[in-house]
Amino acid sequence: MELSAFVVLTVLAIVSAMVVILHRNQVVAALSLAANLVSIAGFYLLLHAQFLALLQVIVYAGAIMVLILFVLMLLNLPEESRRARAPGPIQAGLGVVLAAVFVAVMGWAVFGATEASAFPRPSPAFGTVASVGTVLFRDYFYAFEAISLLLVVAMVGAVLLAKRRL
Amino acid sequence: MTPQGILLVSVVLFALGVVGVLTRRGAITILMSVEIMLNAANLAFIAFSRQFDHPDGQVYAFFIMTLAAAEAAVGLAIVIALFRLRESTDVDELNLMKW
Amino acid sequence: MDWELLAITCIEIVVIVNVLLVGVSVMTWIERRLSGVMQFRWGPNRVGPLGLFQPLADGIKFLMKEDMIPQEAYKPIFILAPALAMITSVTAFSIVPYGPTVEIFGRTVDLVILDMDGGILFGLAATSLGVYGIVCAGWASRSKYSLMGGLRSSAQMVSYELALGLSVIGVILAAGTLRPVAIVEQQAGWFWNWNVLAGGWQLLGFLIFLIAGYAETNRLPFDLPEAESELVAGYHTEYSAMKFSMFFMAEYIAMITASSLLVTLFLGGWQLPFPPEVVGLEPGWLLWSLQILSFVAKVGFFMVLYVWVRWTLPRFRYDQLMNLGWKRLFPLALLNVVVTGLLVAFDVI
Repeated sequence: MELSAFVVLTVLAIVSAMVVILHRNQVVAALSLAANLVSIAGFYLLLHAQFLALLQVIVYAGAIMVLILFVLMLLNLPEESRRARAPGPIQAGLGVVLAAVFVAVMGWAVFGATEASAFPRPSPAFGTVASVGTVLFRDYFYAFEAISLLLVVAMVGAVLLAKRRL
Repeated sequence: MTPQGILLVSVVLFALGVVGVLTRRGAITILMSVEIMLNAANLAFIAFSRQFDHPDGQVYAFFIMTLAAAEAAVGLAIVIALFRLRESTDVDELNLMKW
Repeated sequence: MDWELLAITCIEIVVIVNVLLVGVSVMTWIERRLSGVMQFRWGPNRVGPLGLFQPLADGIKFLMKEDMIPQEAYKPIFILAPALAMITSVTAFSIVPYGPTVEIFGRTVDLVILDMDGGILFGLAATSLGVYGIVCAGWASRSKYSLMGGLRSSAQMVSYELALGLSVIGVILAAGTLRPVAIVEQQAGWFWNWNVLAGGWQLLGFLIFLIAGYAETNRLPFDLPEAESELVAGYHTEYSAMKFSMFFMAEYIAMITASSLLVTLFLGGWQLPFPPEVVGLEPGWLLWSLQILSFVAKVGFFMVLYVWVRWTLPRFRYDQLMNLGWKRLFPLALLNVVVTGLLVAFDVI
């Protein structure tokens, strides 16, 4: 049951990511990214991180992606035209090989971090709002305040940058 | 489902994000590829948080999400300002400083 | 793998989806008759006694109409959009507890589809995803009216989601938990124990949630994005027959969900206005039916209120609407959170 959910989510995540990086129409790419974000939220649920899964949907898929879609639709951009010098077959093939090498090297680095063959049973309070909230407000309190300050600065900066006339 | 499986998905998504940043021409799609990379990192954080039963990984993922929101807002504001100047978001056309 | 829980949940899902769809058709009848009463005219009264079969006639009409897709429309997303709207509206209802814990054939069943630790956040997440149905419909139609209507509507929904979420935080602070099941159980007793009154002192939160709920579901006085005199029909201009009716149904289901969440968080959900011991009611099917009925009655009252407000108030202009959302409701909701926090800190709640 868990394995089938994992396979479905993996296929969904990788296919939607490929649509994002390959499709010419930018709005379709944005909607596909939203699907990718929801599938990542599904991964979090599989890993018993319920609070983060819900946050991922609310913040990432529900707010950030809507913001990106707004900008895309308001700017009314045409589809990305074909490159004047489209990559030839040698270039494209080399690109794929390099990407595969990249995955191999990163995979080797990441796999060395753990030798476990299965996830251990989580403690019953793992991933609950209470456990994440306690750690957040007790151990990372200053970081929390700093990031709220950063959000205010980002808001002010975004408004200033996008204004027509200061 | 194993830790290696989840980490493999995270690595593949990260690689796809990198390819997107290097390949795409629209400024907004480059931003979207950066979001894919951030999500791949988040997935790795959560996987390790589950592996070692430590809520700290989830707190880091929370901070990355907040940062991504701030970055997307500012990045899109820059794209809008750019569009007003050049009537297009094609990054290949940003060559005023080329010698 | 708990197959029994899976079976119970599947049966609950089938029952609830059917009840929601029947509720939608009942709502269309109520809307048309009640608006007739308020405008001093008969509503539909030909199709069956009191026009009670009008929703059936409407359903047959929608099924038989010609389904047109404009040539310029982006087909995959054009067809996906009404499905997205429906899916997210119905999903948001899954956290609402519509009854107490009952015993059916010897098994204890929680009358709620989903009882997870994040509780009310799931409802907020599903509502956030509801924006995509509108955005997709507005863009995929490739028409000016649709795009403008879709953008305005989604901007409105995102803006009022803030006030909605903040008003919910007040309830969460007062209750100390995110699970709607626990929030309802804490409001047991007399009706002044409900969260809107002395149970949580959330009157301001209640009003903010009510107003934000009207804006979230694009109902008057916030329905500029789909008003006929403004934008033809906004984001669903180019839709016909069954796809249009799916948007229509999705809007009514969103109304039912918003009313149910309001009732659950602020008005005690399925709790009776008096403790059942006062009239000597033991836990049994009589008490449980009365409690489910109490939930339905409260939600029904707010649905009638939706219709009442629609045919009473004039429409907000778009800039007035955004002004209200960002400059009035959002600071009020923040104030509500601060005051509730202080009350909790000094053990008043």
